[in-house]
Amino acid sequence: MTKGYSFEGESANDDFKAVGTSAVRVDGLDKISGAAQFVDDIDFGPGLLHAAIVESPHAYAKIVSIDTSEAERASGVVKVATGKDFPYKFGMYMEDRYIFAQDYVRFVGEQVAGVVARSHREAVQAAKLVKVEYEILEPLLDPKGAIEEGADLIHPDLADYTYVPWFFPQKDTNIAHWRKIRKGDTEKAFEEADYVLEDTYTVPRYAHCAIEPHVTVSKLDQADRLTVWTASQSPHTQRHLFAEALAPLGFSHKDVRVITPYVGGGFGGKAGVSMEILGTALATLVKGRPVKLRWTREQEFYNTYQRQGVVAELKVGVMNDGTLTAVEHKLYWDAGAYVEYGANVVNAAGLSATGPYRVPNITNDSLCIYTNLPPGGPYRGFGYSEFHFGLESHMDRIAEAIGMDPVEFRMKNAIVEGDELSYGASMNPSGMLEAIEKTAEAIKWGVEEESENPNTVIGKGMALFWKAPAMPPNASSASFLKFNEDGSINITVSGMELGQGYLTVMAQIASEVLTVPVDKIRVETPDTDRNPYEWQTVASHVTWSCGLAVEKAAVEARSKIFDVIHQVYGYEDDSLYLEDETVKCRTDASFSKPLHEFVIDGIQTEEGTWRGGPIVSSGKFMPEFTNALSDPETGQGGHPNVHYTVGATGVVLEIDKETGRIWVRKAALAVDAGRALNPDLVVGQITGGLVQGLATVLYEDMRYDDKGKLLNPNFTDYKIPTAFDIPDEIIPIIVEVPQPDGPFGARGVGEHTMIGAAPVIANAVYNALGVRIKSMPITQEKVAMAILEKSEG
Amino acid sequence: MARGSSERTMMNINISVNGEEWAIDVAPADVLLDALREKVGTKGPKIGCERGDCGSCTVLIDGRSVRSCLVLAVEAEGYEITTVEGVSNDGLSELQELMLGENSFQCGFCAPGIVLSATELLEINPNPTRHDVQEAIAGNLCRCTGYEPIIDAVLSAGEGGPR
Repeated sequence: MTKGYSFEGESANDDFKAVGTSAVRVDGLDKISGAAQFVDDIDFGPGLLHAAIVESPHAYAKIVSIDTSEAERASGVVKVATGKDFPYKFGMYMEDRYIFAQDYVRFVGEQVAGVVARSHREAVQAAKLVKVEYEILEPLLDPKGAIEEGADLIHPDLADYTYVPWFFPQKDTNIAHWRKIRKGDTEKAFEEADYVLEDTYTVPRYAHCAIEPHVTVSKLDQADRLTVWTASQSPHTQRHLFAEALAPLGFSHKDVRVITPYVGGGFGGKAGVSMEILGTALATLVKGRPVKLRWTREQEFYNTYQRQGVVAELKVGVMNDGTLTAVEHKLYWDAGAYVEYGANVVNAAGLSATGPYRVPNITNDSLCIYTNLPPGGPYRGFGYSEFHFGLESHMDRIAEAIGMDPVEFRMKNAIVEGDELSYGASMNPSGMLEAIEKTAEAIKWGVEEESENPNTVIGKGMALFWKAPAMPPNASSASFLKFNEDGSINITVSGMELGQGYLTVMAQIASEVLTVPVDKIRVETPDTDRNPYEWQTVASHVTWSCGLAVEKAAVEARSKIFDVIHQVYGYEDDSLYLEDETVKCRTDASFSKPLHEFVIDGIQTEEGTWRGGPIVSSGKFMPEFTNALSDPETGQGGHPNVHYTVGATGVVLEIDKETGRIWVRKAALAVDAGRALNPDLVVGQITGGLVQGLATVLYEDMRYDDKGKLLNPNFTDYKIPTAFDIPDEIIPIIVEVPQPDGPFGARGVGEHTMIGAAPVIANAVYNALGVRIKSMPITQEKVAMAILEKSEG
Repeated sequence: MARGSSERTMMNINISVNGEEWAIDVAPADVLLDALREKVGTKGPKIGCERGDCGSCTVLIDGRSVRSCLVLAVEAEGYEITTVEGVSNDGLSELQELMLGENSFQCGFCAPGIVLSATELLEINPNPTRHDVQEAIAGNLCRCTGYEPIIDAVLSAGEGGPR
């Protein structure tokens, strides 16, 4: 473990009082008692209106006509709107979506019209009365088919769209973005390699399944103030996208207020803007009335972002001594009908598709392909879970082929500090080797275990993971801090408490600097009117980025406190320090001034006048070393990622040799948190992420029919883990190699914990049975069929 | 406004919610979940799937856990209903204290339902095994935690303590 981290004059030792402790969550009492308020729990009075959406039953069709007349006459209906009312585009990274469909619908579920009525039931009934005539077109459902010569163009105007400078859409194709990496000479390296393995892996689409459905309540008041209460990971980004999309209606950012109370799970699904813009647009038509739009569970599956599917063609070259020499990774992403957010998933994966390895020769092609399936988008893992399945399966196969132990092979090739990344920048400090060793030890790697049951076999597997936050190079965070009369503190930030424990950790950071205990610090969920800017709560970046903003605010408050003391008592600032909510002085042991005595009212001087006043401060953080400008053909020259978090996953499985049933007996996961600001919360991320990841590989799977309709949009047919579906034992391992620019050395861990879950199961199944399954999910049925196939030779 | 309230045929029912008597007007098709949230104002039971899969709407009816999205409001006539607010009214229960200390929940959306399912379990079986706890909360979906810290807290609340 590396010690001695320091940040802007903070104590260079590890003698911390608040950070590094497993403080009880600051939102714990709210949630355990039922006090926690989610958007749908807020009362809006009898004036509340309800919206329902008319959706396309076809995956691809031209809208011939829309007749809303009958719906308009229906009981309770206040307003019916269609694309004609809002001919405005929006999008996170690429403006390729309309609020309501214009001339075409491009996926089953796409919004064609909206109905606002006095009750939910009346809105739903009236929506059924909207008559839409379609000219049905042949949908493109397969990403590789969609890039064949002559394929219909889902977005013929792609070349004219507005998008971020690091995207490279391919004119007159269905390729919305093509991230290329070219480093070294891959072709030559494959010729010279002792062994080359080439294969294809496939990963289907997945659903986030936050238990709280998306819900939004929007109100445009008589003074043209637009307020939106929304279940969101991204209050400021939502405000920005609402203000931009609705700018033709005369809104400026100051007129739009987004309030985000507790959110019932996000996992990426509540990032950016999806259904929220529908309710918000409809509210502009019924001034003075709040409009609620709440997704049903079915809509939650088919009309929010989905995790994109991918076909991964992977070729890896290696020398007999185990040295990796070349990786060629072609990722064909099924990005869906609109890629305004999903294209950045594709980009992130393309930048890092070597996985956490030192590779001198790289050819990565990550293609964002339009299909007529629902829009792809952010999902915990952001592309990394998807490509790690093939990559980490492949690494096991290569190790076996050259006769090397897979763990030894990984130790030899794992990327370490200073190694060159695929785009030319160098790797940050990391505890990868420690993570591999500890994980292997936890599952007793190398020790063969026999099952006591003659019908089952035991298998072990290992897989590594890495991930960098995927964000614009200037994504930033800010915080305000203020003291109260009793020396307690209120902090406002605009990251979202998604359950990860963000509010608690922000309180711990401020507590560490100001010596005010965590239970005297209140950190609340955002309101864009009063809370300072935060880009979004995604990318596992808020502990790092907003943590730095809070640390800076606390440091500023402390210097203001010392300044008041200096003014009144004359002590030099650098002789002062804080201890137990009291200012003390190194040069005068008798001096002691409790914070609560002066942080609001100031200190009285000998003449009877006053100095000081309310202590308020602010902090902001924006990475100043990143840039997204790189050569489109090689990906070289930029510095798109701030840093990587790494780790390892290991499992011990028991498998029924006939039925293919899998029990996860033991799962170990080591993640390098830099510094675990709250170890208990890091363990929470390990346990929860691991279980979510195991579900994607063992049984979850979005199934579509041949017309592009989702067949399993509910929890009966799309199973997520229950309390029975967890490993018998989970061994969480926290590695701490500090991130030099992190708050007290911390870096994010939220998404990473699910990334290794899929390949580790694939590898353990192979270890147990000698069968290699190359498509997710690895269901009992697939395993049973593979066993049968193998026994039949 | 409950979803059925615009219908003409309204019925007046008497229910007890967290020890308080209520007489409310509901439509025949209104489910108990909506009646509790919209007519009584108890927001503890959450809307998660509206088809009995997720358990977010769990309440206790005469001490037994049910999914309030699958019960018609009119069927609850004369029964005693307990929501998480009722469990917490006189301060946290021992189980809740343990859950708080264990950081059992993350987003907290499933918490009201799981608190009730686990409360029922401990009433019936004060000394549950890990398997008993898993079974008791198997109908309450949680996407965040992997269930481990919830199971641990319920086991700690049992007479035998954690195991």
